[in-house]
Order: sequence, then C-alpha cells, then structure tokens
Amino acid sequence: MVQLSDAVATASTPEPLALPGDGLRERVVQQLRDVLGEGLVDSLVKPGDDVWVRVRPEAWRAAGFALRDVVGCQHFSFLSAIDWMPSPFGRGEDDPTAPPPERSTEVRHGYTGGDARFQVFARVTNLVEHFGVTIKADVPAGENGDLVVDSWLSVYAGANWHEREAHEMFGIRFAGHPDLRNMYLPTEFEGHPLRKDFPLLARMVKPWPGIVDVEPLPGGDDPNDGTTSGTTSGTTGDTEEGGE
Amino acid sequence: MTDLVDRQKLSYIAAQAADARLNVELETEGMTLNIGPQHPATHGTLRIIVRLDGEQVVWADPSAGYMHRGYEKLTEVRTFPQVTSLINRIDWLGSFANEVPFILAAEKLMGVEAPPRAQWIRTILFELSRIANVSLFLGDLGVQLGAITPVFMAFRDREYVLNLIESATGGRFHPNFDRIGGLKDDLPKGWILETRQVMKKLRNFCDEIENLLFGNAIFQIRTRGIGIIPKEVALQYGLSGANLRASGVDWDLRRDQKIPLAYDKIDFKVWTHPDGDSFARCWIRLQETREATLIVDKLLDGLPAGPVMAKVPRIIKVPEGEAYVSTENPLGEMGYYVVSQGDLGPFRVKIRTASFNNISIVPWVLRGVFVPDVITILASLYFILGDIDK
Repeated sequence: MVQLSDAVATASTPEPLALPGDGLRERVVQQLRDVLGEGLVDSLVKPGDDVWVRVRPEAWRAAGFALRDVVGCQHFSFLSAIDWMPSPFGRGEDDPTAPPPERSTEVRHGYTGGDARFQVFARVTNLVEHFGVTIKADVPAGENGDLVVDSWLSVYAGANWHEREAHEMFGIRFAGHPDLRNMYLPTEFEGHPLRKDFPLLARMVKPWPGIVDVEPLPGGDDPNDGTTSGTTSGTTGDTEEGGE
Repeated sequence: MTDLVDRQKLSYIAAQAADARLNVELETEGMTLNIGPQHPATHGTLRIIVRLDGEQVVWADPSAGYMHRGYEKLTEVRTFPQVTSLINRIDWLGSFANEVPFILAAEKLMGVEAPPRAQWIRTILFELSRIANVSLFLGDLGVQLGAITPVFMAFRDREYVLNLIESATGGRFHPNFDRIGGLKDDLPKGWILETRQVMKKLRNFCDEIENLLFGNAIFQIRTRGIGIIPKEVALQYGLSGANLRASGVDWDLRRDQKIPLAYDKIDFKVWTHPDGDSFARCWIRLQETREATLIVDKLLDGLPAGPVMAKVPRIIKVPEGEAYVSTENPLGEMGYYVVSQGDLGPFRVKIRTASFNNISIVPWVLRGVFVPDVITILASLYFILGDIDK
C-alpha cells in the first residue's frame, strides 16, 4: 500500500485516508501527471471511492493512451459529453400561456472545474486493481462555433458508437472518427437533443400536469413552486428542516 | 484457444480476400442481406445490414434507434424519485436491476445508506430479476437455433419468478419498488418460503436446459468455435457481464467493487470460460442463473430484521456532486453517471448500458462468419433493444 507523506504523519488518528483505494488513486493522478505534464489540468480523489481528472483538449487522446497503457485501465466503460449550461427552460414545468420566466444560464461546472460550456468525459476501468477513472476535457468552441475533439477510436475500439452518440446528441465532432453517422436519430434530424438549449417539445406544448395536482410541499422553500402553502402533514420520517 | 483465435483470423483474412476478389477479380456482385428490424433474434427492433460474399459475411452494420426514447433527456425534467419509473423500461426483462444503480448513485450523493434489511431485499430482488431475464435467454436461445421446446419451459418457469416479483413489489415487469433510502415496502407474508420452493424449480429448469440444450450435439456444433471474441478485443470494446467472462476475464461487479448491497456478506462463485465463443457465452449464463438461485437461497438464510426505509427528507434534494455507480446487471455492467447541481432533479444522467457496448462489437465479430452463424452470435451476445436504445 502506498502511503501519502502527510497521511503517515497523522497515522494515529483513525482517518479513512489509509484505505487501500486511496494510494491507488493518488498514484493514477501521479502517473497521468508524469506522462501528460501540463496536459493534466485538475484532479479530484475521493479516498477509497473514485477519481476524476481533467485534461487539456489537446491532450485528450494522449490521456487515453496513458490511461490504457500506463495506468492499466484496459476496460472501456463509456464516453459521453455534458452541456454545463443550465437549461433556459428549467424542468419544463412552465405554463405555456404565460411568458417564460427569466433563468440564469451561468455555466457552473462540476468536479475538476472547466472553462468551456461543453465537456467530453469518459470512464475506464482497471480490472486488475479494481478501480475506475473518470476523465474529462473541455471542448472549446472553435471559430464558426464548431466543437472538435480528438477521437478515442485508436485508443479503445469501443469508443466508436459512443462517439457517434455524443456527436448526434451534442454536436461535438470527433477528429479522426471515420463514420459519424447518426446512431439513433433520423439522418435529416436538425439540432442536438441533449444540449440544454434544445427544448423538450412535449413539455412545451402542454402544461405539465404536475403543476396543478402537486401535493402541498412541506418546506415551501422551493422557488419553482410559489403556490405551496407549507403545511407539514404529520408524515413519519419527515425530517425536512425548517418546516414552517 | 490459439486455434480458435487463428480460426477467427483466418476467416477474417478470407473475408478480406473475398472482398478484394469481389471488387477486382471476379467482379461478382456481393449480396446485401437485411436482418430485422423485426426478427426474433433481435429482441426488439435491431436492424443489421450484412454484405455477403457467397455464404460469408464481409461486412456488417447494426443500426439501432428504432426505439430510442431519449431517457437521458427525460431525466433532466424529472425529479430524482420520478426517474425510476423511466429507467425501469431500459432492460425490460430485468427491470428491478435497472433501478438499483441509479438509486445507489443518488444515495451516494446524498450520503444516505439504506438499512441492512433493505440492502438484502434489494439484492434478492436484483438476483430474481437476473433469473427472470436470463431464463428467458436460455429458452429463446433454443428457438434461435431451431429448437422449439426450451422456450416453453422457460416461459413456464419464468412465470414463477415473475409471480414472486409481483407479490413482493406489485409489478410483474416494472416494479418501480426501489426508493432513495430503502424500499417501498417490506416483503409479504410467506414470501420467503415460496421463494425457496421457486428457486428449487428454477434449479431443475437449469438442469433440464443443460441436458436438453447444452448436451445436444447440434447445439454444440452450432455454437462451439463460432464468434470468438478474444480477451483483448472484449476489453477494448467494453464488453461486460457474461460476454466478458466468457472471454476469460474474471470480472464481476458484484464481487469486485465496494457497493452497499449484500453481495459481500455471502459467498458465491463467479463463472468464467476461456474459449470466448458462442458456447462459452451461453454456458456462462446458464451457470449464472443457477448461481443466482443459490445466492437468493443464501440471502434468504441471513436476511436481517429491521426497517426497510432510512430517514430521508420528504422532498428529496440531492446535493451538488457527481457519482458513477454501476452494478452487474443481467446483461452486464449497467451504470449511471449522475450529475446533480443541488436541485430536485438530476442535471445530467449518462446511462451506461451493457447491451450498447456488447452490440458495438457486432461489426467486428461478424466479419468472416457464415450466414447461419450470424443468428447464433447475436443470440449468444444477448442484448435487449431497450438497453441499446435507452
């Protein structure tokens, strides 16, 4: 087991830092840093649980090779993308007859941060040492707004379909992928459904029935539901704090 | 093993040569054969376009999407508890197993853990949905290879399992029983005794299938050495579940990861097979069904008492964070990458389904095989269309 230097100093306290997964995941980050250098932007290790790393978009494919060959993550789990812009339509519960409320579309990133609205992320698993790594990279918009990132097809053959899916759903082009046909959508489909600014039409044309028949919420602190009276019924197991 | 791989390589070279011959020397026209979308071997609506040179496949292209329901988009307009009723429909033969990883991911983000009894009952229902799912595979396998009897046996005995699931959860196919923090209800009275009897019946069913199908010479000829997937290729394509274990990779998410289910409390076998051919994949599934009945028996022995629901807020708000939880579903690794931004609903859910990866290998594995083997290989890879199309 690899011990961290500061973990040794506090070895007397029963910290969960000494879990076997801990040194393992720290090692992953270290190995990636050795290979990629500046290419590794940020990392997050949850001891004994999981590890996230973010690399520069230029280092995306190199990071794939490093994960496969240096870190030993032979098993490809998935590859996808994420649009970090909050949806301008909220959860699609607006009344279609009223003007849509103003919503902030400020981009708020998750673990390991980010600079761009779109990120690609993938997960690979090391089957020998039993851990998975989630790796992310920003996809900055180029000059006419197109999103391009290197394909992982040469790293993991299984990335083929995942990249096709990410391409049609987010409009991200994977450079080096020979066959970015649509996976699910009709060929002539316009738009990229999983982008947050793509409206869910079923929710646009008819009011969401949940608006009218929703039970009174006990907390009443939900800004989306201004009409709640805040009556806490005597439900057992109700631990919502600050009820009234 | 090397012989088997060589065979695959040779057929690949033959296919390449055939392709070249097709275009250059003989100027014969290849035939394009369309399999599906409505074909019994497709478990839904998968269309596979294969180009043939004589009897040999030179090129295959599966095209999914006839049943795409856009669950990843739909989860973004649902609250966390509402998502389970959607994801029930991903792999419709083992519905309960779809709910578990999502609920576990939400619980992980919230820092909630279900009480022990709920974890055990979850594990039992999880294994029951595995049995319900894979027993149908074992029956259907026969139909696809030209034997009609096993499917009747499968439907007969699967009914017992569905009845169990129904009596415990209220839903035969789509239980929607898992809740953040535990389960909707406790088990009904007399359920444990009945489950033990059904598990005995299911073990008999496995024996019957083993004798009837796996010992059958025709079955052996149709599946042995057909559609070999070497270990390295299986890993590259991200195969999981029985397909991966049939290629000799000893990897089972029930055993090999820390997960708040009861698998670490009991002892069970993980079956692997070195061959990587169609027979291995079918054989692994048979063994796993039998193993699952034993797991259920062992879990029933040690079922702890106590509540089935932890204390959770009535309005579930999941704190900001990201989590990936995957479990060993009947079809393979199924996981949810859940991103929450502290709202009532998830910000983004990436659904990693087993069949999607398992079928992405089809263009590779079908290259160079003969037409009747196409169906064998598709049957042995075992996919559910809902699991590909999401």
